[in-house]
Amino acid sequence: MGSDILNLELILPEDEQERISNSDDIYDLLIIGGGSAGMTSAVYAARKQMKTLLISKDLGGQLLWTSDIENYMGYQYITGRELTDKFKAQMQQFPIVDIITGINVEKISRQDNLFLALTENGKSYRGKTIIIATGKRYRPLNVPGEKELVGKGISYCATCDAPLYKGKDVAVIGGGNSGITSVIDLRNISNNIYVINNSNVWQADPVLIERIKDAENFIPMLSHNVLAIHGKDSVTGITVQSIKTGEQKTLDIQGVFIEIGLLPNSELVKEIISLTDLGEIMVDCGCRTAVPGLFGAGDVTTVPEKQIGVAIGEGIKASLSAYKYLLRMT
Amino acid sequence: MGLIKESQQEQLKEKFKDLDEKIKLIVFTQEMECQYCRETRGLMEDLADLADKIDIEVYDFVNDKEKVEEYNIDKIPATVVEGEKDYGVRFYGIPAGYEFTSLVATIMNISSSESELSEKTIEELKKIDKPLNIDIFVTLTCPYCPNAVEIAHKLAKENDFIKSNMIESSEFPELMQKNNITSVPTVVVNNDMNFPGNLPEKEFVDNLIKAVT
Ligand SMILES: Cc1cc2nc3c(=O)[nH]c(=O)nc-3n(C[C@H](O)[C@H](O)[C@H](O)COP(=O)(O)OP(=O)(O)OC[C@H]3O[C@@H](n4cnc5c(N)ncnc54)[C@H](O)[C@@H]3O)c2cc1C
Repeated sequence: MGSDILNLELILPEDEQERISNSDDIYDLLIIGGGSAGMTSAVYAARKQMKTLLISKDLGGQLLWTSDIENYMGYQYITGRELTDKFKAQMQQFPIVDIITGINVEKISRQDNLFLALTENGKSYRGKTIIIATGKRYRPLNVPGEKELVGKGISYCATCDAPLYKGKDVAVIGGGNSGITSVIDLRNISNNIYVINNSNVWQADPVLIERIKDAENFIPMLSHNVLAIHGKDSVTGITVQSIKTGEQKTLDIQGVFIEIGLLPNSELVKEIISLTDLGEIMVDCGCRTAVPGLFGAGDVTTVPEKQIGVAIGEGIKASLSAYKYLLRMT
Repeated sequence: MGLIKESQQEQLKEKFKDLDEKIKLIVFTQEMECQYCRETRGLMEDLADLADKIDIEVYDFVNDKEKVEEYNIDKIPATVVEGEKDYGVRFYGIPAGYEFTSLVATIMNISSSESELSEKTIEELKKIDKPLNIDIFVTLTCPYCPNAVEIAHKLAKENDFIKSNMIESSEFPELMQKNNITSVPTVVVNNDMNFPGNLPEKEFVDNLIKAVT
């Protein structure tokens, strides 16, 4: 672990976060969410000289949770943090884009022909068009014990918390890319790593599986469900059940990493547009929604495949669709 | 030492032009034994080289008893970021990775003649009139941790009763165990109560006040 720490890149603080000209103005375009999709939309809007405001909890979104990226074209390897910095720099070079970060948008509503974005600190901003690019957040497992033990041995951020589980037995729930990436983060730190997946195959990319399959501490448990997480002040175990035989087993572990996919951050628009069963915003191939002037981009939408490259493409389309919509409006 | 990349050195030089008060980085190490002591000292020396307004002092945890007591240091590597006076701001363990962000932001904040806290927070903090110790447990790969460290260090600057310590979990496993740290950032108040630290300033302060009243 020693050399690991010293190989870490030093990360510099962000410069001035808020950049806003006159918030009473009516913007041509509001962009909610500053992940890959939202930042791309901002760049394209700026080049069309649309007066734009981007509001986001953070800049980077899921990129900030990602240590290694190996499938974003142009970079054979780049960290999520580095890619975020590049996206940010590209967006920030355009003064026409106002940016507010550190704030959640609670609700989007209509007022006359405008969209109104209401933030958690009670401010509101108006735009003629709006792009929702709010991405996704971690999905809870919803089993007994989970709620009570969050922060007491249950983690949704393997990159953050892996160093705390040195020499401990842990379980990773989920066999997709996020789950297997967690195993990669943990494999040189933890003792036994049980990887529990409710399917009989791994959904993760074969290249990731390749990287862990020979690790001595990797204990695969395909076709198993999690029934409960145990512990009082901290996690002490987990009960799993084989889907094939129905047999139940309790594993003694001290940490659980839940990586079973993501939930869309779409609550903010639920009053003005209907969402799919998965909570996603339905978009067409031009990122248009059922509400004229409202566009969706990236992971929060029904677009197939949730990837950085896809989110970038969707961000472009949403921005250009908004531009065309404005042209027709005037 | 060369931990700071050349391009970053340029960025930092630019940033440090905005420093107001002089800053002293006081590093406690022990050449032979402690993990990352040498690297911590090297990192601080490199930083001090980038700005006239940043000085560095290095003390030995065993031999410089007086200083150890004066600054109330109980483990190493330790770094005190001192401005006009010692505000009780400490980094225990090496502030590399994401924590380098906290270190630079804290240097800027300690040096600044203004408070970066909201008026509401400054008002709330007046309620704290007894010694209060904040430990923020972090890892260096945690993007949400600098937020907690920076807030706590700002509070320590604002209120003389508050002491604030960043603790790099993997270097102090016994503390991690004692405080039952299983995710980061976790804020431990007066070695007793704790709460998850990934919170906006207002809620951070609310939790803190709830913990001590
Ligand atoms: C661990 C992990 C590893 C991954 N690895 C890869 C990979 O290697 N390659 C790849 O191509 N893809 C990878 N992905 C997927 C990729 O990161 C996403 O598809 C992509 O980042 C989605 O971008 P987005 O802009 O749609 O959403 P997000 O990145 O989720 O961004 C949404 C933004 O909106 C903000 N936000 C949300 N709600 C609100 C609100 N109410 N108010 C204000 N702001 C809000 C968020 O703070 C965030 O900044 C990975 C994902 C994860 C989780």
